[in-house]
Amino acid sequence: MNVAALRLAVILLVLSAALMLLGVCVGSAGFEDLLRPLLHPQIDPDQSALAAQIVLDIRLPRTIGAWTAGALLGLAGAVAQGLFRNPLADPYLLGSASGAALAVALALLAMGGASGMLGGSMMSAGATFSLYSGSLLVRLGLTGAAFVGAVLAVLVTLILSRGVQHTLRLLLAGVVVGVVLGAATQLVLLFSPESLQAMQSFMLGSTAFAGWAACGLMGVVWLLGVAIAWALGRVLDGLSLGETTASSLGLPVASIRMVLIGVLAIATGTAVAQTGLIAFVGLAAPHLVRSVLSTGYRWLIVLASLMGAVLLMAADVLARWLIAPQELPVGVVTAVLGGAYLLWLMHRNTMAQGAA
Amino acid sequence: MSASTTSSALKAQQLQVSLMGRPVLHGLDLDIAAGQWTSIVGPNGAGKSTLLKALAGLLPAAGHIELLGQPLHSLPARTRALQMAWLGQNESTGDDLKVWDVAMLGRLPSQSWLGASNPVDHAAVEQALRATHAWEWRERALGQLSAGERQRVLLARALAVQAQVLLMDEPLANLDPPHQADWLQLVRALVAQGCTVVSVLHEISMALNADTMVVMAQGRITHHGPCADAQTHRAVEQVFDHRMAVHALAGQWVTIPSTT
Repeated sequence: MNVAALRLAVILLVLSAALMLLGVCVGSAGFEDLLRPLLHPQIDPDQSALAAQIVLDIRLPRTIGAWTAGALLGLAGAVAQGLFRNPLADPYLLGSASGAALAVALALLAMGGASGMLGGSMMSAGATFSLYSGSLLVRLGLTGAAFVGAVLAVLVTLILSRGVQHTLRLLLAGVVVGVVLGAATQLVLLFSPESLQAMQSFMLGSTAFAGWAACGLMGVVWLLGVAIAWALGRVLDGLSLGETTASSLGLPVASIRMVLIGVLAIATGTAVAQTGLIAFVGLAAPHLVRSVLSTGYRWLIVLASLMGAVLLMAADVLARWLIAPQELPVGVVTAVLGGAYLLWLMHRNTMAQGAA
Repeated sequence: MSASTTSSALKAQQLQVSLMGRPVLHGLDLDIAAGQWTSIVGPNGAGKSTLLKALAGLLPAAGHIELLGQPLHSLPARTRALQMAWLGQNESTGDDLKVWDVAMLGRLPSQSWLGASNPVDHAAVEQALRATHAWEWRERALGQLSAGERQRVLLARALAVQAQVLLMDEPLANLDPPHQADWLQLVRALVAQGCTVVSVLHEISMALNADTMVVMAQGRITHHGPCADAQTHRAVEQVFDHRMAVHALAGQWVTIPSTT
């Protein structure tokens, strides 16, 4: 039993609980003490009912949505870094982000009429522009499109790299797919300027309108992904010794990669579909875990998930709190924090190498 | 090549390998005796590592290879992994893994992927880590070790497989002289237990401690014979353009560079 890993897991779970409580209390009026009316309904029944509604319908699903989306991105990040044996690998590496973006842009173009609906809700939501504020149909269409786009882009990457044998070819194909689909997205937007704002909220990422259904879906996908990745944990450890050594141990390297890419694509696609393109969480979460302790992939996958969840929850609370009653797009918060973290990591590594 | 009376551990016929379209091995025939230590030597680019990888079944190769009397390509990957262990060179290493976990990876062929390790695995890993004097670091991460220390852990990983045949590519890389001597002792002990060891070595003096030597140049085997034979020594001197010479010293064979 890895005591250090267990300790970190407990810390992250406690942080999750604390952030969840905080997430429930932070709203458009900044920090609100919603717990008092909830716990003491006899003081003011009306206020208590309102508080219950706000918590149950909006803040709790949103907070749990941030947790599950962060967990999915952390899981995908750990899988990507193990798969490519590259600490800079992130979940969007195989083109899933640009695939999802293009699909959303196309869906917005096709739904042309929906833009009015989206625009209306944007006005009322102040600084929060969300895709998912439209009717259920619009929402389903957009999340579905994003998921399908993400998975299709990974498939195209796989086809272009002619399989999973060559890591470098896979990475290059991912880059090519990312660039080409990104250009295509811009082209689509050029022809449908009315969807620009909705598109922007997708590109920046948002947890604002995650509902219970989204939470359930992301939770189930996360559990499945963690189960598969955990089962393949020792195999991932074997892969970290190099492909030749892994093959010499009798591991079917190509099939394992295929399964892991599947987990990566579905975990990323699910998160992206519900919350848009949230930057850096998938890249930073496994790094943060590794900077605290050394462990094999089994623990890394669990811990990176929990770390991603805590990161995104914290970013979500910050996004709502910093300029309340307005709200920052959560992707902007993660990008700024993640960028700062990477810079610090680079600086620290340079210092360490200089000292060596 | 003399007809050997012992059974063969690895046998290659008309072995051809091309890397990136360039032929590297040109139809080799090789018979490696079981229960012996065979070392492969030759100048840089002779195809030593490629030959070892091909024998391990880790490279696409044309021709026929037999491992312990069975065609290599028809063996299930796991059976092959149980019979033949591999120690490569310059491979990326899992810096975040603990030494114990790295050595335990050598037990993967005998475990189900999900299965927890059993007392037999624990005993094998402990034995391997003690044999390479890496036992004290078992709780440390691989990334915290020096290059030579890592090499000993990776050697322990290969030993933990407890395979009949052990292939090693430059196993002495980064090892200091005392640990090179330890390695020599270890290989002799393995051979005494009936294992077959095949190693690619660029330290010719170390390689001359083996039972048999395969001398290579330009993708071909120029000589295959006992290390004690004068013929073998001449073959070695020849592939190195007589820039070194084999001499007897204190009951061992050593090589001395010749500067002409």
